[in-house]
Amino acid sequence: MITFDRVTVTYPGASAPALDNVNLAIEEGHLALVIGSTGSGKSTLLRCVNGLVPHFSGGRLNGSVTVDGRSTEQYRPRDLADAVGYVGQDPDASFVADTVEDELAYAMENLGVDPATMRRRVEDVLDTLNLHSLRQRAITTLSGGQRQRVAIGAAFTAAPRALVLDEPTSSLDPVSAEEVLASLARLVHDQGTTILVAEHRLERIVQFADIVVELGAAPGAVRSGTPAAIFATSELAPPVVRLARAAGWAPVPLSVRDARRRAPELRRRLEASTRPPTRTASGDLVARVKGLTAAYGPIPALAEVTVDFNEGEVIAVMGRNGAGKSTLLHHLVGLRRAQRGSVEVLGRSPAALGASEAIRLAGLVPQDPGSLLCAETVSAECRDGDRDGGLPEGTTRTVLDSIVSGISDDTHPKDLSEGQRLALALAIVLAPQPPLLLLDEPTRGLDYGAKERLSHQLRLLAARGHCVVVATHDVELVAEVADRVIVLADGEVITDGPARSVVCHSAGIASQVARILAPAEWLTVEEVAAALLARPQENMTSS
Amino acid sequence: MLRTRLQPLHPIAWWCWAGALAVSASRTTNPLLLGLIFAVVAWVVTTRRGSSPWALSFGALVRLGLFVIAIRVVVQVLFGNRVPGSTWFTLPSAPLPSWAAGVTIGGPVTAQEAIGAFCQGLQIAVILACFGAANSLASSFRLLRCVPAGLYEVAVAVTVAISFTPQVVLSIARVRDARRLRGRPTRGLRGWRGLAVPVLESALERSVALAASMDARGFGRRSTSPRRRQVTAATTLVGLVGLGVGLFEVLDSGSASGIGLAVVLVGGALVIGGLVAASHGSRSRYRPDRWLGAEWVVVAAGLAAVAGVVAAGSGDPNSLVQPLYPLALPPGPLLALGGILAAAVPSAIAPVPAPLRAKLQEAVA
Repeated sequence: MITFDRVTVTYPGASAPALDNVNLAIEEGHLALVIGSTGSGKSTLLRCVNGLVPHFSGGRLNGSVTVDGRSTEQYRPRDLADAVGYVGQDPDASFVADTVEDELAYAMENLGVDPATMRRRVEDVLDTLNLHSLRQRAITTLSGGQRQRVAIGAAFTAAPRALVLDEPTSSLDPVSAEEVLASLARLVHDQGTTILVAEHRLERIVQFADIVVELGAAPGAVRSGTPAAIFATSELAPPVVRLARAAGWAPVPLSVRDARRRAPELRRRLEASTRPPTRTASGDLVARVKGLTAAYGPIPALAEVTVDFNEGEVIAVMGRNGAGKSTLLHHLVGLRRAQRGSVEVLGRSPAALGASEAIRLAGLVPQDPGSLLCAETVSAECRDGDRDGGLPEGTTRTVLDSIVSGISDDTHPKDLSEGQRLALALAIVLAPQPPLLLLDEPTRGLDYGAKERLSHQLRLLAARGHCVVVATHDVELVAEVADRVIVLADGEVITDGPARSVVCHSAGIASQVARILAPAEWLTVEEVAAALLARPQENMTSS
Repeated sequence: MLRTRLQPLHPIAWWCWAGALAVSASRTTNPLLLGLIFAVVAWVVTTRRGSSPWALSFGALVRLGLFVIAIRVVVQVLFGNRVPGSTWFTLPSAPLPSWAAGVTIGGPVTAQEAIGAFCQGLQIAVILACFGAANSLASSFRLLRCVPAGLYEVAVAVTVAISFTPQVVLSIARVRDARRLRGRPTRGLRGWRGLAVPVLESALERSVALAASMDARGFGRRSTSPRRRQVTAATTLVGLVGLGVGLFEVLDSGSASGIGLAVVLVGGALVIGGLVAASHGSRSRYRPDRWLGAEWVVVAAGLAAVAGVVAAGSGDPNSLVQPLYPLALPPGPLLALGGILAAAVPSAIAPVPAPLRAKLQEAVA
């Protein structure tokens, strides 16, 4: 269905090719998962399929890409619209119409599909993607998961044989992500669509994949195969696979369901081991939110929220898209003033302070860390950071070097990798030494390596006495770093408790390891691996 | 042909209706008539608007209208040309140098000028409310969908521009937040400096992403030659502009002038020619809005208001203005009142938008 024949892509002005001599064949009706660390060329690979590279992006493409028997050399993206549907990273930037139905019909109108067929296909897609009740809603009023499904539907109504998706779940909460992925599975099973999808959060999608395409760190290192074959050795692997490796299971299970069949044996081996003690921080009070109520116009965002934040704690704030996580963070950092109730950081209200004073109390790394960066080079960015905070010269750079080494001074912030950009934003926020550090959805777009470094960094900051608050959908990150979890729903605090008990006992936010080993309360692969290592003899006898 | 359950009223019908009421308002400064026009518009909007975010634009434009009235009255009281009449109160006046002759600051304020200014402000406010009503009842997006094939590209550009405006507002808020997070001033001149570049940058990034998405969904893939498209689009556009200017001329002078009518006719001919030439493109329409009986009734209801006001005006021109010398209660010309009341018919005739219907059913159940 989709074939890459010795494809090399070089962007204008780039010294090295983004893809080098890639050969690939994806059969009809398969769901192919593209994995690779950030910057390995996943997006480029996807955009080659419908000819956006090179027709739209510029650059050179050697070799040939064919889809449904048509070569992208002869066909422009618009001429391939009936063969390939493409859903980009940010669905919000892709909408043309204002209501769901019109958006779904847009591609067909361009193709000149006759009205009767158009009507039928729109109904089909509304049903397949479960959008029926939203058909006349304005797109701006939909939730993130709904919008993502509309974007998929809009690419799919033209009845393409193949669908290409770039990180479709990266900004979604676990439940919405599952809905989106279930919709994709339905397109593959019921309609025989070929799907090519790139994703970082493998734990969500691996079980749906028929084949996996792994892009290595070097531009040419591409291999593809069945999920079992690839994940037997791949460095990028979801927790279920890493748990299987630690436990010595072969072949590796790919879904929680498969793994649970072998879990009783592992639970027995772990029975006698002591779990690492639950981390309980009992530092001094850093911030207190009391009876906080907030609303955006008529829509309530927070209702009577009362929470304490202590020194040395890592606190995860979870909840659906739109549950009020970001609003809580914005109040803590003083971007919004409390309508009712109070917000105090070290006894002072951050919203009442001037900007230069507020950053010494609380610092926030926003959802898009790039929005904090506006200078031309890394060194200029660091200098600005020192000046904004009234700090001695070089402070920000020192903090940056302590987080990640080897970022050169004259790189443009836009050219940094996702992980490096996050590190730079974190350094700028940390330089004035705020006791309260807040991060909004920090793992979006990060690969497993960068995520691990981030977890390590957050634990280190908590150990130094910062209070770290992370608003996130990423349950694996929560399992790794959090001491305490606060769950918000419709602006109310549903749960506020130790991470281990919250993560292990709520279905929606359990980590993979917690689900596999339930009812035993284990959170991460690292814990299990350490416990197994501590009992080497029993390990050998059982295997 | 029967109306299906989900089919809303044709957007052009709503815009004609609202436009007719705006024209009626533009011909009178009688606060009684203006107030009635506003009441009719508000009633129809509250009973027939949908649930899209655009439905809120009526409220926004009413607020803007109140602001206009306030400004109009304040400016008149402070700097207005003094008209004779009974002095209401006297403001301290400041003498101005001779080169500013003709401008006064303060001085005696007469009831006549305050009331006259209020009525003029009210007229503008009611016209704004009519525009807001059109937007609430049928968003500009829906109106643009009705644009003939020849103007398709123009309509897409306008649609994209409309949907970008709220995005730009959001992105300004984001950039200001980011500045505060870095400890930089967000207020005053220093706060606004350094805003433009990041906002433009994000707008540009969005445009590129949107262009990619449109390209991937077949935008611009059609068989007619680009040259022919340009010619037909230009013809239609020139025709539309002519039509607009001509209508303005006709309406403004009150008496149908020969030149105005000629421009209207030529413009109309150009528009029709352009549309016919462009009508066989390779695009198709998804559920185009249909023009049925209810649409005619709604347009007729709007025209009734215009007819009533014009008829009342030709009978007694004074019935359409607020009497100032002597000051008196506004007259109530029956023809005009009746015509305007007839414009409320859509609140019973027009189909209820589906989301609203669902809400109503929920409330009943």
